[in-house]
Amino acid sequence: MSRELATYVLRRFAQLLLIVFIAVSVNFLIPRLLPGDPVETAIARLQAGGGQQSVDVQAVAKVYREKYGLDQPLGAQYLNYWRDLFHLELGVSFANFPEKVSTKLANALPWSVGLLSLATLIAFSAGSLLGALLAWPGAGHAIRAIVPALMVLASIPFYLLAIIIIYVFAVVLKVLPPAGGFDTTRIARLDLGTVLDVVKHAVLPLCAIVLGNVGFWALGMRSQMVSVLGEDYITFAEAKGLGPWRIFFRYGMRNAMLSQVTALALAMGAVLSGAVLVEVVFNYPGLGTLLYVAIRGQDYFVIQGVVLLLIVTLAILLFIIDLLYPLLDPRIRR
Amino acid sequence: MSGGLKGLRMKLAERRIGGVLILGLAILALIVLFSLVGPLFVDAHNAHVGAMTPRRPPSFDHWLGSDSQGRDMLTLLVYGTPNTLKMGLIAGIIGVGLGLVFGLVGGSLGGAIDTVIRVVADALLTVPAIAILVIIAGNLDRMSTNIMALVVASLSWMFTTRTIRAQVLSVRERAYIEVARANGESEWEILFREIMPNLMPFAVASFVGTVGSAILAVISLEALGLGALEETTLGNTIYWSQQSAAILRGYWWWWGPPIVVIALIFLGLFLTSVGFDRFANPRLANRA
Amino acid sequence: MSEGEANGAGAPILVVEDLRVAYDTLAGPAMAVDGVSFSLKAGERLGLIGESGSGKTTMAMALLRLIRAPGRIVKGRVLLDGRDILTMSVGELREARLRDIALVPQGAMSSLNPVMLLEEQIADGILAHAPRTPRAELARRIEALLRGVGLDPSVARKYPHQLSGGMKQRAVMAIATSMRPRVIVADEPTSALDVVVQRQVMQTLGRLQGGLGAAVVLIGHDMGLIAQFADVVGVMYAGKLVELAPVEEIIAAPRHPYTRLLIDSLPSIAAKKRLIGIPGLPPRLVDLPPGCSFAARCPYAFARCRTETPSLQSTGGNRSAACHLYPEAQALPPLGAASGEARP
Repeated sequence: MSRELATYVLRRFAQLLLIVFIAVSVNFLIPRLLPGDPVETAIARLQAGGGQQSVDVQAVAKVYREKYGLDQPLGAQYLNYWRDLFHLELGVSFANFPEKVSTKLANALPWSVGLLSLATLIAFSAGSLLGALLAWPGAGHAIRAIVPALMVLASIPFYLLAIIIIYVFAVVLKVLPPAGGFDTTRIARLDLGTVLDVVKHAVLPLCAIVLGNVGFWALGMRSQMVSVLGEDYITFAEAKGLGPWRIFFRYGMRNAMLSQVTALALAMGAVLSGAVLVEVVFNYPGLGTLLYVAIRGQDYFVIQGVVLLLIVTLAILLFIIDLLYPLLDPRIRR
Repeated sequence: MSGGLKGLRMKLAERRIGGVLILGLAILALIVLFSLVGPLFVDAHNAHVGAMTPRRPPSFDHWLGSDSQGRDMLTLLVYGTPNTLKMGLIAGIIGVGLGLVFGLVGGSLGGAIDTVIRVVADALLTVPAIAILVIIAGNLDRMSTNIMALVVASLSWMFTTRTIRAQVLSVRERAYIEVARANGESEWEILFREIMPNLMPFAVASFVGTVGSAILAVISLEALGLGALEETTLGNTIYWSQQSAAILRGYWWWWGPPIVVIALIFLGLFLTSVGFDRFANPRLANRA
Repeated sequence: MSEGEANGAGAPILVVEDLRVAYDTLAGPAMAVDGVSFSLKAGERLGLIGESGSGKTTMAMALLRLIRAPGRIVKGRVLLDGRDILTMSVGELREARLRDIALVPQGAMSSLNPVMLLEEQIADGILAHAPRTPRAELARRIEALLRGVGLDPSVARKYPHQLSGGMKQRAVMAIATSMRPRVIVADEPTSALDVVVQRQVMQTLGRLQGGLGAAVVLIGHDMGLIAQFADVVGVMYAGKLVELAPVEEIIAAPRHPYTRLLIDSLPSIAAKKRLIGIPGLPPRLVDLPPGCSFAARCPYAFARCRTETPSLQSTGGNRSAACHLYPEAQALPPLGAASGEARP
């Protein structure tokens, strides 16, 4: 690895750390800047709501106050916050006291990661290929008719698309289950039955995310491809007598992908947000549902924990994409 | 830029104002019309709880049926649409306004200020907006559509800032700026007479995009139940339908129409932005 | 006179018959190439010269059937060794490209794929025509090709952005000659380069062409450059070929007024004289006035020039010019003794 490349990687990594730092600090600051004593507010809400379970409110409040160190100056609180973070000590769940937030996160994370990465992979690849084909003059008019449909698809927020999908497939057609990550009446074992069950439950959420995203990727790639196809090196490739598929992939798509990857990075935040919402609609046991339930139950630390995890996940994803870039574009390797 | 009406006719002739742009604007106009004219046709009282028999599917008297609390869907739609649009517009205007200011300041002044603006904007861009919005919204005691708009606006400026800043930097290097300086124009004059007019297309494009993402953010927050629950908005309507498991019970007239309106809004915004790209950049105009 | 004439006199290798290429604009079709015909023998060098907008690049593209919308080939034949490129099947066309007729494009800077190694781009062309070439053979050929254009073989494992302008131009020539074509079409190969590199590139082109015995169509706007390289010179104006003659004859005694003005406008290093240009601008191809397209700027123009379009006619020997002065006149009258028509 050349020195320039190493510098690039280090710089991006430093950026990653900086972003996480800023995000975590923002996560720390905002609730403390808003009016009111969070603990008292939380307890008041709890009591107003008739309480969740038979929880000893005073015991919970005491733990929280100690944790917060609310009587300590802001600076000390900040340092405590970081110290706790390093121990992965994210607090306890209010609603499921004394279950730790980190446990809940650890349980939900694999579901979300699995769903999101698979969905994004499919949507990005299929979308990019489709988009590139749409720009290819030899691709025939039948394919062009898809463009308006893609535009419509790209316009509907995928959260809403999810609703439509559930309705059509789970309620009307009754083909697939409408909610959940797995059949709750099953005993989960590592066997084919369980795996199939998980897959069956994942199909609709996966479709929702893929359909919601594919239009965006396709249209973006299409316009990139149109630009690339106007370049001189395409003309020269034709002048060399190369076959159309070679030109399409190696000369066309390969160059258009560069901007697509940038677009992926910029859109990652939106993709993540959308996926979170889709999980909520499907009651899928990932971070999205966790967040939602925590919001309804005013389970403050869980909310903070999920948000923090989302931020860090996004930052890491972006870092990975940034690392991918030199691999794709030799001009950056210098 | 080209003067008024004559310029417009020329642009029509060059097919820069294409079908796509017109279609997009038409859809948006339709929706705005719906919001403005709708209240004349429906009785506001029908949007209150218990106004009519609950859970009725669409019928002749009630074109879109009612929800589980007896509210007339059509009325909800008529009053909800402008509220949602309003939030999007406020957030859009503030977001683009902030974006313009930050972009101009960063691009023209450079130095430390520019670095700060750039780093902050990039950092905030890489944070999933919903995360921050959830925290802010979850901590506020009272929520109203205006507050929601402001909350969303606070995270809507980054993209505009990036775009405007990049444009200012690139325009500044162009030859005609040197010429303007050589002609004795002051930096302020250059800013207003040479640079700003070139930013107009980008500002408009950013505005359309920002309004779109603002509406999306608003709807997402409402979907999670963090919206201004007492007010009638499209997102809230969908939220309530979720709460009553309307999907599973098959009450499609509850969540269906708001989704259609939302889809139309986004479609209109999307077509407008694509069509506007062709308008602003004539090189794209003659492509398929 | 011309180097490496493999077959000597005999059947021409490239025959262009009445080629017409139009660009569809909002205001109607613009005839970028309007009825051009010429023929080339093996080893012969034709230099096509013209201003911007004269249709020369369109010509080059048309010879390889690379015209894309909004341009289209309206009429004509391009016979490569007897086979018409314009009516070949797509498969035959792909085979003929690079193998029989190759393009050295204008702007080599942007003609190389930025994300592919140079050796891959050279190999691409070879493998497209000879797919079963073994790797060792491929490597050997690439090395030989690069040396042949004066590049160090280590350049093969570089990316285009790592090469200088002159190196890229030569790399492109290496690709163009990789299958030993019979005809090379070089479209302004030296436009973006400085004079020293221009000379090197032209010398390389000449050497390559000589080694292959290929015919060359060299397109440009620099009369000096073309005159030093070509055997035959064709002058293009507003899409038409207005004069065609062997190089020494055309320089010594141009027959067409445009050619004359072009040559006169060349600054001389020997004698100090006033710089002369050609007054006026080239006509818009969409709205061509009737008659000769050059009439508005021509110091010799008379009434017939504005109503009737002259066709390319022989003016003696193997020269031809499209001008109403001929065949009556033997040569161009001296300037100043023109027929009194006012210059615009």
